[in-house]
Amino acid sequence: MLGVVRQKMLGQSLPKIRPAVSVLRSYSSAAKQMTVRDALNSALDEEMSADPKVFLMGEEVGEYQGAYKISKGLLEKYGPERVRDTPITEAGFAGIGVGAAYYGLKPVVEFMTFNFSMQAIDHIINSAAKSNYMSAGQMSVPIVFRGPNGAAAGVGAQHSQCYAAWYASCPGLKVLTPYSSEDARGLLKAAIRDPDPVVFLENELLYGESFPVSDEVLDSSFCLPIGKAKIERVGRDVTITAFSRMVGHALKAAEILEKDGIDAEVINLRSIRPLDRSTINASVRKTNRLVTVEEGFPQHGVGAEICASVVEESFAYLDAPVERIAGADIPMPYAANLERLAVPQVEDIVRAAKRACYRSVPLAAAA
Amino acid sequence: MATAFSAAKFTAQPFPLNPASTTSHDSSIVFAKPTSLFLGSTRKLRLTSYSKFNLSRRSGTVDAVSDVVKQKKSKSSPSLLITKEEGLELYEDLVLGRAFEDMCAQMYYRGKMFGFVHLYNGQEAVSTGFIKLLKQQDSVVSTYRDHVHALSKGVPARAVMSELFGKTTGCCRGQGGSMHMFSREHNVLGGFAFIGEGIPVATGAAFTSKYKREVLKEADCDHVTLAFFGDGTCNNGQFFECLNMAALWKLPIVFVVENNLWAIGMSHLRATSDPHIYKKGPAFGMPGIHVDGMDVLKVREVAKEAIGRARRGEGPTLVECETYRFRGHSLADPDELRDPAEKAHYAARDPITALKKYLIENSLASEAELKTIEKKIDEVVEDAVEFADESPVPARSQLLENVFADPKGFGIGPDGRYRCEDPKFTEGTAHV
Repeated sequence: MLGVVRQKMLGQSLPKIRPAVSVLRSYSSAAKQMTVRDALNSALDEEMSADPKVFLMGEEVGEYQGAYKISKGLLEKYGPERVRDTPITEAGFAGIGVGAAYYGLKPVVEFMTFNFSMQAIDHIINSAAKSNYMSAGQMSVPIVFRGPNGAAAGVGAQHSQCYAAWYASCPGLKVLTPYSSEDARGLLKAAIRDPDPVVFLENELLYGESFPVSDEVLDSSFCLPIGKAKIERVGRDVTITAFSRMVGHALKAAEILEKDGIDAEVINLRSIRPLDRSTINASVRKTNRLVTVEEGFPQHGVGAEICASVVEESFAYLDAPVERIAGADIPMPYAANLERLAVPQVEDIVRAAKRACYRSVPLAAAA
Repeated sequence: MATAFSAAKFTAQPFPLNPASTTSHDSSIVFAKPTSLFLGSTRKLRLTSYSKFNLSRRSGTVDAVSDVVKQKKSKSSPSLLITKEEGLELYEDLVLGRAFEDMCAQMYYRGKMFGFVHLYNGQEAVSTGFIKLLKQQDSVVSTYRDHVHALSKGVPARAVMSELFGKTTGCCRGQGGSMHMFSREHNVLGGFAFIGEGIPVATGAAFTSKYKREVLKEADCDHVTLAFFGDGTCNNGQFFECLNMAALWKLPIVFVVENNLWAIGMSHLRATSDPHIYKKGPAFGMPGIHVDGMDVLKVREVAKEAIGRARRGEGPTLVECETYRFRGHSLADPDELRDPAEKAHYAARDPITALKKYLIENSLASEAELKTIEKKIDEVVEDAVEFADESPVPARSQLLENVFADPKGFGIGPDGRYRCEDPKFTEGTAHV
């Protein structure tokens, strides 16, 4: 609720509610720094202490303290009944989670990476996403599937895919993609409290990154609304949408573009399903140009959906074709130089924004 | 423990694999010599009594002790298991595996290698014991811990090291990486990052071998496939599905379980209802054998029988090798959960030291000869690193290659040629 009010008050200041911290990046003296890892850990900790029906299940979440240390300390606090180490059986434990959710518990199922969720995808889609519909509202599934998504560094083709588009195409699922620590805390708490299945796509490379957080974010009742995007940087000339790690790249690109006289507006999508079409369209109606950025494969990706949405609703406002930046249309290579070419870099976003503004640019990497 | 006891009854009966033939019974071997402290860390979990059960019951699984092996055990003076040449070959392969993996660790900490690297230190006896018995056309399917499987199978150390450095001269041109070692020439079918993923693939390779022989009538096709995987995989559904089908269709495959007791930080005992993996074989109609995976000669004897069975068309075998990895799960694993006493226990059973002792005590080789081998391997590994260092990174144009076998993705036309090469195909509105 606080988050919704804050969105509406964007750009204005209201004495009672402090505006989003990242807009006040220059006023960092008051804000504390928190890594995304600690944000997720604290969110899990608070939700588990608030509601005994919440439990965590996954590989290495207990004694190993989490494959990426997200669940550090939780086993000692809550015991092995509520922080369950599982054998390597994704289909099995995802199914068990769904069954537990049917009967009123609130499982948080961790996939070591979302690549492994493909072994359980039958349960995510067929058992979790479709149940409320098939049972006409009798069986709701308050489950959260979370874990790192997308490319890491040098981990090869089978560990680097982005699943945002896959899960976001399925009705019955909510798909969230946090970027900063504030996003991580607020969205994870919202996801755990939500009565529907939520796919929570984190990013391994963001876990160690620190972001400033306000006291409001650190409050244990802090929650962000599902389905609202956040405008990280207000601009006038071109809209850049991004999610997860690409938001960082987009913000850096915006700084570079500013030197060239292009004032970019950066939208952190936060929620891929439901997609915040009204924020995106309102922004495009203001700037008239759009660049979508994502890490995943281009075909049928998130950018494709945003482009279609903008064409459907704001066609007359577009002054240039929509530019889509996505990962290369190949399985992720291992060699470091090839991997850099396969994932969007800041220069790619800068070039696309310039193309959208009809500036002459050197030819982009052959796609 | 109740469950253990009732299970004992099952496994004690010889499972009628093929009631008509008796040969299959005799060819199953037991190495009933109990290895002490198999479940080293069980003390912490208070299952010491379980391990005592273990020792006496293990012999119950298997049907008979091969005469050959009985003979060998009864004599104190050697009736040796290997010849000198074989011994030196095995020693060289073990040392290559160890030296290569140690070099990988060094290179990783120097930043030449990156991502996920899983090292095989300590488990070399399993790879050498099995793979050195294979022909070139036999296939090996492995997991992410696949460097040494590739090396044992014959992939040159240079190619593997280059692949790890991400260079274009690697066995997969730098596109696969540590976890995805493939070699068509040496029939190494990967290299899979997902555990359990390789097992159906291996079963398919074995299926092809049988198919070639029976349907395509290539009468001499007796290729065998080995599937290597760990204890964690044995809880995964794909494992059971493949045990079933391999036994059902009598496929020429050996399922080799490298039971190193740990799946990252998850102890085998915490994850598995019945930790005796070899018992899962008879449940599906194939022999299940347990062997000391730290002793390359024992592994080799079991492997001979299992591979022989497969080659003769008698069907699959499940072999559980009790082994241990000396390093953590991967180079990023701090390895805090394993008991140092357990690590020390297995370090004392290092397969390389054991084979060295055997060779010297039985006068098969001298210290000097073994030193020469070690020196040679050091040079091979150094050369591999130099080669990898000097190799170029992949060209930018390589980024988009190899996505399809068909270069432009339009498929193969009725005349057997790539459609995109047919000028007629690109007439009209099609834009290539």
